[in-house]
Amino acid sequence: MIDDLRQRIGLIRKAPENFLTPEEIQGIKASSAVPIPAWSGPTLLCLPCNIPTGCSLARMTRTIPMELVESGEVIVAYGRNGEMIRPENGYPLRLVVPGVQGVSWVKWLRRVEVGDKPYGTKDEAVHYIDLMPDGTHRQYTSVQEVKSVITTPSGGQILLDKGFYNITGLAWSGRGKIVRVDVSTDGGINWRQARLEQPVLPKALTRFNIDWVWDGKPAILQSRAMDETGHIQPSYGQLRKVRGTRSIYHNNAIQSWLIKEDGEVSNVQVL
Amino acid sequence: MSKFSKKVMVLAVAALWGAGAALAAKYEGLGRPATPAEIKAWDIDVRPDFVGLPAGKGTAEQGEQIWLQKCAMCHGDFAESNQVFTTLVGGTTQEDIKTGRVKALQDGSVPQRTTLMKVPTVSTLWDYIHRAMPWTSPKSLSSDEVYALVAYLLNLAEIIPADFELNEKTIKEVQNRMPNRNGMTWDHGMWPWGPGLKGGGIGNGGKPDVQGSNCMKDCKKEVVIASNLPEYAWDAHGNLKEQNRVFGPVRGKEISEASVKEAETAAGKQQSMLDLAKAKGCTACHGVDKAIVGPAYKDVAAKYRQRPDAVDYLAQKIKNGGSGVRGNVPMPPHPGLSNEETRSLAQWILAGASAQ
Repeated sequence: MIDDLRQRIGLIRKAPENFLTPEEIQGIKASSAVPIPAWSGPTLLCLPCNIPTGCSLARMTRTIPMELVESGEVIVAYGRNGEMIRPENGYPLRLVVPGVQGVSWVKWLRRVEVGDKPYGTKDEAVHYIDLMPDGTHRQYTSVQEVKSVITTPSGGQILLDKGFYNITGLAWSGRGKIVRVDVSTDGGINWRQARLEQPVLPKALTRFNIDWVWDGKPAILQSRAMDETGHIQPSYGQLRKVRGTRSIYHNNAIQSWLIKEDGEVSNVQVL
Repeated sequence: MSKFSKKVMVLAVAALWGAGAALAAKYEGLGRPATPAEIKAWDIDVRPDFVGLPAGKGTAEQGEQIWLQKCAMCHGDFAESNQVFTTLVGGTTQEDIKTGRVKALQDGSVPQRTTLMKVPTVSTLWDYIHRAMPWTSPKSLSSDEVYALVAYLLNLAEIIPADFELNEKTIKEVQNRMPNRNGMTWDHGMWPWGPGLKGGGIGNGGKPDVQGSNCMKDCKKEVVIASNLPEYAWDAHGNLKEQNRVFGPVRGKEISEASVKEAETAAGKQQSMLDLAKAKGCTACHGVDKAIVGPAYKDVAAKYRQRPDAVDYLAQKIKNGGSGVRGNVPMPPHPGLSNEETRSLAQWILAGASAQ
């Protein structure tokens, strides 16, 4: 859903590519932009073949892997956090596809079709495709790879004084559980292992924290997550070496926050 | 095995608004089964192998008329507009049509990717225009109109001639001329399900292409900051101070509209001086570093910099013109410039007339 949000923001005011906007960080803090809520509904496997609904306008479509449906993880949600899904979240029904980018979590679901080939829909053939350095686009890139972000302190905040801080943030992976998060306060030269807060669930946000005493000097905060498959979150340098700078989607590089001597925290990219 | 055993894909479709309820025979009193006619009406998806494509026909010439009425207001007369949505057509060549690879995507020679530079499958154009366009009244177009509109777009990109009849048969030939038809790869780790590319599916089995490091100590010699979020982008979502708590060890940064406007205006002013000079025709006669018809700006600055009333003097000269100061060619008056503009230009010239 982060991608989704970014795109809508982009229509209004385009922030430079690959930067988390302050709003996105706020969104992550409020857990409204990434899939942590409790969803209620049957798995897609349980539903009768066709779901009649009323009239419709735009009809956004996505191809979902059958194997994921058969695993029982994909649900047709009618509830979110104990109440009916709100209109902006897809009332009356939306798809929940754990581990997969938010754009596949189809809202206002009206129809499900089973087929033997991918559908090449607009959002799979023109958008949400990742441009590689050789000029090819990766198509059907769906899984969200291991990623984390420190939410406090983060860009747009100001540290009032030197002294003790509890650095905290969120990590997630579409491939399974988060098993470890490391945090650096010197831009990635040295790292310490953070504590994971419970519950640690597969394909869900996992909160981490670590103590830190700020000495009042410039610092760069980073977090680096690892999931149960052994996949470790890469730096921007590592990511760009393979994918270049034009792939846009699935940017799971390490996020950096620069803290200046006056305590102002800003968004920087560290290679 | 599940009831879907041999099927591998699920298509999920959204409605902008839905009413009614799910049902099955066993849920007595809840709704009713969808009728075959209803299912048929909703089953409008067209796959890359053209399964689901209705019969019909249209040419670019016919499409142009519909385009001008229903599409041009957002996409421009020639699908070139970049105002409401990004550009649809452009950046593809005859060579791309032969190879099926858009060269501009490799060499980066076209800074923005248009739809036709990306889309590998003509079915996608047909499907999306049919289901979602025009934005003001989706699904109001007949099949023939959709064929005509697709033909119009393809003709703009010189993929088919203007009188080519696009129909459910010829569209298959056209697929073999799509400029980026060979430009997609499914060989990646982000579709970790199913048999993978080798087994007729998608993906490499889920193997990530980039792996981070688990180094804990002295992992690198120096920290390289590649870029910063520019100041102007900080306010994209309002005042961060108001979005953060007023207790605890951190606060939000004050981003008031006034402070942002001030920064934008200052940046705008600096950037626009050379542009202003160009727009008002000054640079036709004056170079920054060398004389053309009139003297170079740096020579003007050198001559008048010491004068206490230099700004006023130059502003007046720009506005009213003059002759005989340097050579015989008179400087024409520029009554179209406001006093503010002439003073800004004078200040800029005296400060060295930098491009920034």
